[in-house]
Amino acid sequence: MKILSCPLNGPRNIAEFIYGGQVKEMPDPAQATDKQWAHYVFYEHSHIGVVREWWMHAPSSYWFIAERHNQSDEVLRTYDPSELFAEGEPPLPATEQQPDSPGVS
Amino acid sequence: MRHRLPLPYGQRINRDAPVPAQFDGHDLPAFDGDTVASAIVASGQWVVSRSFKYHRPRGPLTLAGHDVNTLVQTPDAPNRLADELPVRDFPTTTAQNVSGSLMADRSVIIDWFGRFLPVGFYYKAFFRPLGIWSFWERLIRWAAGLGVANLSITPGYTDKQYLFSDVVVIGGGPAGMSAALAAAEGGARVLLVDEQPCLGGSLTYHRFAIDTTERDQLADQLMVAVQTHERIRVLSHALCNGWFTDHYLPVIQGDRLYKVRAKSCILATGSSEQHVVFRNNDLPGVILCSALDRLICHYGIAPAGDLVVLAGNDQAWLSALTADDAGMTVAAIVDLRRGPDETALSEEAARRGIAVHCSATVYTADRDPKTQSLRAVSVRAVTAEGQVGDVIATLDCRVMAMSAGYMPAYQLACQAGAQLHYDDASAHFRIEALPTGMFLAGSVNSVHTLSALLADGRNAARQALSHLGFAVGADETAICHAAVNHPWPIFPHPKGRDFVDFDEDLQVKDIVNATRLGYRDIQLVKRYSTVGMGPSQGRHSALPTARLVARATGRSVSETGVTTARPPVKPEAIGLLAGRRFHPHRRTALASHHEQLGAQWIPAGLWSRPAYYGAPADKAQLIAEEVRAVREGVGLIDVSTLGGIDLRGPDAAEFMNRFYTYGFLKQPVGRTRYAVLVSEQGVVIDDGVAARLAEDHFYVTATTGGVERVYQEMLRWNAQWRLRVDVANVTAAFSAINIAGPESRKVLETLPGSVDLSAEGFPYLGCRVGEISGVPVRMMRVGFVGELGYELHVPSFFAEQLWSLLATAGAPWNIRPFGVEAQRLLRLEKGHIIVSQDTDGMTHPCEVGLDWAMNRTKPDFVGRRSVDILAKAPLTRQLVGFSLAITAPKPLEGHLVIREGDIVGNVTSCEVSPTMGRIIGLAYAHPDDAVPGGSIWVRTEGGVAVQARVEALPFYDPETERQLL
Repeated sequence: MKILSCPLNGPRNIAEFIYGGQVKEMPDPAQATDKQWAHYVFYEHSHIGVVREWWMHAPSSYWFIAERHNQSDEVLRTYDPSELFAEGEPPLPATEQQPDSPGVS
Repeated sequence: MRHRLPLPYGQRINRDAPVPAQFDGHDLPAFDGDTVASAIVASGQWVVSRSFKYHRPRGPLTLAGHDVNTLVQTPDAPNRLADELPVRDFPTTTAQNVSGSLMADRSVIIDWFGRFLPVGFYYKAFFRPLGIWSFWERLIRWAAGLGVANLSITPGYTDKQYLFSDVVVIGGGPAGMSAALAAAEGGARVLLVDEQPCLGGSLTYHRFAIDTTERDQLADQLMVAVQTHERIRVLSHALCNGWFTDHYLPVIQGDRLYKVRAKSCILATGSSEQHVVFRNNDLPGVILCSALDRLICHYGIAPAGDLVVLAGNDQAWLSALTADDAGMTVAAIVDLRRGPDETALSEEAARRGIAVHCSATVYTADRDPKTQSLRAVSVRAVTAEGQVGDVIATLDCRVMAMSAGYMPAYQLACQAGAQLHYDDASAHFRIEALPTGMFLAGSVNSVHTLSALLADGRNAARQALSHLGFAVGADETAICHAAVNHPWPIFPHPKGRDFVDFDEDLQVKDIVNATRLGYRDIQLVKRYSTVGMGPSQGRHSALPTARLVARATGRSVSETGVTTARPPVKPEAIGLLAGRRFHPHRRTALASHHEQLGAQWIPAGLWSRPAYYGAPADKAQLIAEEVRAVREGVGLIDVSTLGGIDLRGPDAAEFMNRFYTYGFLKQPVGRTRYAVLVSEQGVVIDDGVAARLAEDHFYVTATTGGVERVYQEMLRWNAQWRLRVDVANVTAAFSAINIAGPESRKVLETLPGSVDLSAEGFPYLGCRVGEISGVPVRMMRVGFVGELGYELHVPSFFAEQLWSLLATAGAPWNIRPFGVEAQRLLRLEKGHIIVSQDTDGMTHPCEVGLDWAMNRTKPDFVGRRSVDILAKAPLTRQLVGFSLAITAPKPLEGHLVIREGDIVGNVTSCEVSPTMGRIIGLAYAHPDDAVPGGSIWVRTEGGVAVQARVEALPFYDPETERQLL
């Protein structure tokens, strides 16, 4: 069983982790064509090389990013998502107009 | 032959402890320490089994558990290897795969018309003409399978244990022991795994030199040193059955599977001695030299009758000397070569008066009809590679020992991605491209002399220590010039029965024919001919097959290669993989209350929940009473299994707004909203109720089975959004009780509390934080069961207290606990879907009438774009309510909805509704049929089609008046 190095918990058995798919850049949902959107939702890179993947250490519910070579299966680096995503992204503008929901719980 | 040789022969047996044992009804002269196979041979019999295909009599080949010829039946299990089974533990065994008796197997007739059963027979014979299979099937099913499984036994105990080690050495022979010692001396913690019951490997039986003094001294020294070293742990009679990434090793010892994590691993797995291919080389009595050595040294058995040794290397000559020392009559040594490399061997043989035939081979072996075993061999001159000349001699013999060479036990190394190379000129093997941290020692590394084995072990240890960061000295050279492999020990016979693979009864022509049919690749030859697919996994067949295919296709053996090695190395019991019988489930904080109330339990995800309360005999009536209590009075249900997630922080509302489909920014404090979660693909994956407890605090419920995923998805999205919100899964921290029914408010009002319960003060869809009789509680007015109701979420510590308070307070209204069965019916009457029961992996919101819950005025939510795309396309199916007369056959979940002969959907929920007086349900139907008053056809149990009426949802209380009370 493979050992994966969690940035928070150190090296652990791969069975403790959940794979979350490749890190993909989301196209602007308002601008993308249907085809571009479908591509984003359903396709993953399958070229040989280093891929960036989401992994979660299940016992601690900690998500991080791994850079893995998909031919040798060697994990080159794991790191906290904050390296990739900007801190304190401003909330999107509020434009909602909606009554309370009907009775379903 | 009941006599055993005196010590030092027979190290493994205790002569003071005879064991009463029987094989196939005959008494065996067995001692403690014998295997079933050694005891059978000691009785003077070679025949142990019948072969898989031709039912030819077979006897032990390796006596090390490495061949298929010793498969026997124990009382509990078929296909046990008799040369592995301690006779002490398995005193009664029988032959398997015979019709009649072992010595007179009627199925041997297959051997006679064997030429009509060519390789690939299966692929060619059974499909033409059409329908012929039904004829063949009966015959094949009768003939298939070897032993008989005992279906009435109780499963035994098996378990698992984790071990960790700096260095794991696999193989306890001279190289393995030497490696283990050197690694331990260097400071590493060492685990030594050895397949045999006693350490020592080849030191315990192989001669290594004419004079055995050095070997005997070394064996004693090494074994004591290894067994007493504080940093070495020895697992004997333990099999490392595979290699998995980063040195994760499954090691089987008895009923236990060790999962070993090693920082480094040294393979000292040894090598498999190879057989010579000639006619009738499968006769009982024809064995490998190492098997003869083992019989004599381990079990003190010198088999009766003359011995012929067929030598492809000097090692075989040493076996002849061992047999001679043990008092056997060595009729001749037949050497495939011009003579031994070591001239001292010729002199020693001459001194002992052993006849020698060089540049010769055994060409055929003859069978004694009475013993079904070897009677004589015919020796011919070798004129060219694989070709023979005149008969030199015909030798009477009852035993023939052979050694054509040693193939590295490459399985673990190759499982780890290493490659096996073979030099066609020198017949040398080498294994290359080992993964980081794996090292080889001993004959698996093509090292064979005693001094080289020890040096090679030390070298491997030094490499492992260096890999682990220990300080090490300089490498020493382990030079071994011994040429142990004969390049072409294959002598095809025009009449065949020159076996390459004993497991599958494959002969030279079977392999050659496969290549003639175009199967050049070794992998295809394997799949077509089944070579190497048997339990011995090619230990003996891989090399002759590679040689034959190489020759037939004009390539080198190295180019031809061997088939891919995969775990397990040897067959393993499924029970070992399964481990202990262990089925944990979660129980809520109220479980003991439910027990006292007579709950019948059903599983719900990982949880156990009360299905209903009372005796199973009255199930239907009890559920109906529980339903009536909720509809007419008041009921109480434990809903602690609902997921609960707390979201706190200045961006909590913004987070909710992006994550769930509805709008949450303007949700007032004290109100709940329906929260639907869709995946990025636009599929409905969970739902719940979001209660805004404060400006910066939401409490969201999730489905019992879905909460983990919802929580994980929340964390993942916020790892990207990085909003100022803290997400906590508080499912287990909170317990929840739903008190529901028209009288529920009256019950609550009798309890002192801080919350105004009036319809105006606490309306439907409101939420409040307060206390009831001192119990801190989060209250939500929800309508899942379609009546006035309050979901009370309390810290789990208070759950039992609150349940008791409610039960006591509700007594005047005959409050009644209700279970999951009643709840399912109540919610179905109300037309509420359960995500994952009424939805599947393709369900998008429009199909289940949740389009209203998609807020399209906000900028975005997870899956929004996909939902929009799906909503644009015409619906292909739609969830509808349906009903049937109460007397109709009741559809089950999963039954198909048929429209004009095509499947258009399936039933997702269906119950008998006492409230409605009809069978009601939910089903996916064609959108054109989703019109109340129309009809759909459902194919029920036994293929009976019923026409159901499509109903408007909800079935019950369409104006939603009752939950608004």
